[in-house]
Amino acid sequence: MTELRRRGAAADPDSTDNLSDKEADGDDRLGLVGDAEGECEGDTKANTPDVPPSADNTPEYLNKALEGLSSRWRNWWIRGILSLTMISGFFLIIYLGPVMLIIVVMSVQIKCFQEIITIGYRVYHSYELPWFRTLSWYFLICVNYFFYGETVADYFGALVQREEPLQFLVRYHRFISFALYLAGFCMFVLSLVKKHYRLQFYMFAWTHVTLLIVVTQSHLVIQNLFEGMIWFIVPISIVICNDIMAYLFGFFFGRTPLIKLSPKKTWEGFIGGFFSTVVFSFIFAYLLSQYQYFVCPVEYNSETNRFAVECQPPDLFIQQEYTLPSNLQLKTVHLYPFQIHSVALSSFASLIGPFGGFFASGFKRAFKIKDFADTIPGHGGIMDRFDCQYLMATFTHVYIASFIRGPNPSKVLQQLLVLQPEQQLSIFNTLRSHLRERGILPPAVLEAQ
Amino acid sequence: MGQTDGSETEGRADRDGASDTEGKQDVPEVPVPADDTPEVLNKALSGLSSRWKNWWVRGILTLAMISFFFFIIYLGPMVLMMIVLCVQIKCFHEIITIGYSVYHSYHLPWFRTLSWYFLLCVNYFFYGETVTDYFFTLVQREEPLRILSKYHRFISFALYLTGFCMFVLSLVKKHYRLQFYMFGWTHVTLLIIVTQSHLIIHNLFEGMIWFIVPISCVICNDIMAYMFGFFFGRTPLIKLSPKKTWEGFIGGFFATILFGILLSYVMAGYRYFVCPVEFNNDSNSFTVYCEPSELFQLQYYVLPSVLQSATGWTTVRLYPFQIHSIALSSFASIMGPFGGFFASGFKRAFKIKDFANTIPGHGGIMDRFDCQYLMATFVNVYIASFIRGPNPSKVIQQLLALRLDQQLHIFNSLKAHLIEKGLLPAVEEAA
Repeated sequence: MTELRRRGAAADPDSTDNLSDKEADGDDRLGLVGDAEGECEGDTKANTPDVPPSADNTPEYLNKALEGLSSRWRNWWIRGILSLTMISGFFLIIYLGPVMLIIVVMSVQIKCFQEIITIGYRVYHSYELPWFRTLSWYFLICVNYFFYGETVADYFGALVQREEPLQFLVRYHRFISFALYLAGFCMFVLSLVKKHYRLQFYMFAWTHVTLLIVVTQSHLVIQNLFEGMIWFIVPISIVICNDIMAYLFGFFFGRTPLIKLSPKKTWEGFIGGFFSTVVFSFIFAYLLSQYQYFVCPVEYNSETNRFAVECQPPDLFIQQEYTLPSNLQLKTVHLYPFQIHSVALSSFASLIGPFGGFFASGFKRAFKIKDFADTIPGHGGIMDRFDCQYLMATFTHVYIASFIRGPNPSKVLQQLLVLQPEQQLSIFNTLRSHLRERGILPPAVLEAQ
Repeated sequence: MGQTDGSETEGRADRDGASDTEGKQDVPEVPVPADDTPEVLNKALSGLSSRWKNWWVRGILTLAMISFFFFIIYLGPMVLMMIVLCVQIKCFHEIITIGYSVYHSYHLPWFRTLSWYFLLCVNYFFYGETVTDYFFTLVQREEPLRILSKYHRFISFALYLTGFCMFVLSLVKKHYRLQFYMFGWTHVTLLIIVTQSHLIIHNLFEGMIWFIVPISCVICNDIMAYMFGFFFGRTPLIKLSPKKTWEGFIGGFFATILFGILLSYVMAGYRYFVCPVEFNNDSNSFTVYCEPSELFQLQYYVLPSVLQSATGWTTVRLYPFQIHSIALSSFASIMGPFGGFFASGFKRAFKIKDFANTIPGHGGIMDRFDCQYLMATFVNVYIASFIRGPNPSKVIQQLLALRLDQQLHIFNSLKAHLIEKGLLPAVEEAA
């Protein structure tokens, strides 16, 4: 396939693609560094070939069912049906529970990583480079090992204390992760081949930036999940809703373009999406806050060896009365405090979330691809659906850390137990005097110390 | 700097302002840096042949840098932190400048501003985390600092997002790819340089010895490998760096281990180097005053019988830290060079001879620090895994931020644990 593309591009040096898109020549600069390195790094005169337009892989039966409609409505129906399918899939995995959700998040992460790396390979024609796929996947495994190890140590504390090999792995976790990463780094250095230095460095950087974006943020999604499934479901639903609402408003009322990067986005879609998303999140938060299944932190029960979601709902999910300003008819209104937070979350999703989409659009234009991949008919690749989600996951995590919860108590206890005994004693005394001050503990005179 | 001017002129000559390419021309080589050895050195060495002249220039500059290193150690932790910050900024500047030269992206709107803005954001984030940890009581006292530290992550994230949005808004139609490249370039540079300079500062707070010994081991390995290679070098080590030889590598390895052991022995005797750096709230300055930990107290080790017969000693008095220094110097000799090879590969890939021209005979700051970065991360991970546990003041801080019922729960668990260990008398308290 690579050969065909090269021949095609070389045969057509004066096509509009080549002339109008000057940045394609930039690739000459990247690919060719003089005749000394010329042979393998890129075609001398061809531009970076466009990734060929994705073949239409809509399933046959959908095609048959929609034969009669015009192209515009047909596209609309395909996207609509696939959207409904994906949303139903989403509800199904929520029903299946936290373990399933973690597995799904991990699969999505791996697929997104694969999509972006594949684009990198095509852009740089680096299929023939030795070791490259192996190294990229190896780095993915290392970074995942590091992050999942940290999570496991935090949340599965009791389980870890029981098993001896796990204890060893947890204690030296950072060292082991670092050693694994270093092994990959050394393999990279040893794999540098004389004519391909620049390409290899580009792929190395490409892999690392992808890891930074995709893996760290998918990990934040899982941490949000452990706070309570509602912190996972509501942000994702808000982004999906904003996507759909902005699309609908734009479809029916769209007139003024929003930004040159994405000519299909309009101001009407943007503003309509903003208001409808805020309303949606308000209602959705109200619905979900009532169920313990969604609201309680996910905990690992060491006796039953399963995840449990059972607790006393935190203050955030207990209805409270808020007084409205006096000039309105209603005097007070019963709200969950979480609904107020959901307004903040939905504002972010509507106002800043689209920037994630613009970033991905700019990226696709820069590398002249239409979609990240071809996985979902009518929608493109997994990454196309998740580009706005990533900023949202980070925002939710930072929001929770800053405004909702403090540090995780089991983590603090775990750190305490690892300290030196003298340090533990001194902390014990500090804590005791603090609690006495607050009246939680009886004053000193009652204790024989 | 000579190299930036050269490529700018070439680029301008070919460009029509709207495009960012040069048609058929290759990436121009960054022109060979002009020789900016100071005049005084040139005069003094005018008599020698070129090979020895280079040797002398490098030697003199090496001595100058090492003396400067000792001087700033003498000046104390505050100055060291400043120096680390300056080195970081200069390395960032060097690498970004290379990116500009490679991609001719001088005329792109906003780019320099955005790169420096991201540097500021990431530094703000990291320094804020450090300040919160180590200056805890100071922060709690001052109201504006308290608010900044409570919402630190949110503020940092908001600042970063602003930069991200500015980047998206600054995308210009014909320059998308270039802009994405520079964005990626900036982020990878930040990842490498800023995070690792921050780890250096963490190491520094553990005790200045954890800062001095690793850096000295890397410098020593550099010099010893160079010397051994110069005098005995014969078998090339790796195609990437033709000047490195196996003789230099192995000689450097043994020399560095020996040097590490001796240097640790000398330094472990002084509190100034061994004690964790603490911020004294009353005097508002840094102090290094403590009871040295076990690691820095002489202990008797029984030699294995092989060494006993060789040296005639049965036991030897060592600081435990000296054993750790063997691990540190082994890493410096074996892995450190990979950092150097990485930088060499990078320079070859982009066809530059040195990162910049700051130090005569040596190149840029980045050239001197390329092996240091891996070392800083290793030391930090080593300390976290083998030396110390979590920082007690940080644990207290987290404890006090919890809810009261959670604190009580932890209090009871801790009490049970301490009673079990026999540290607390098992007296019934009415809790």
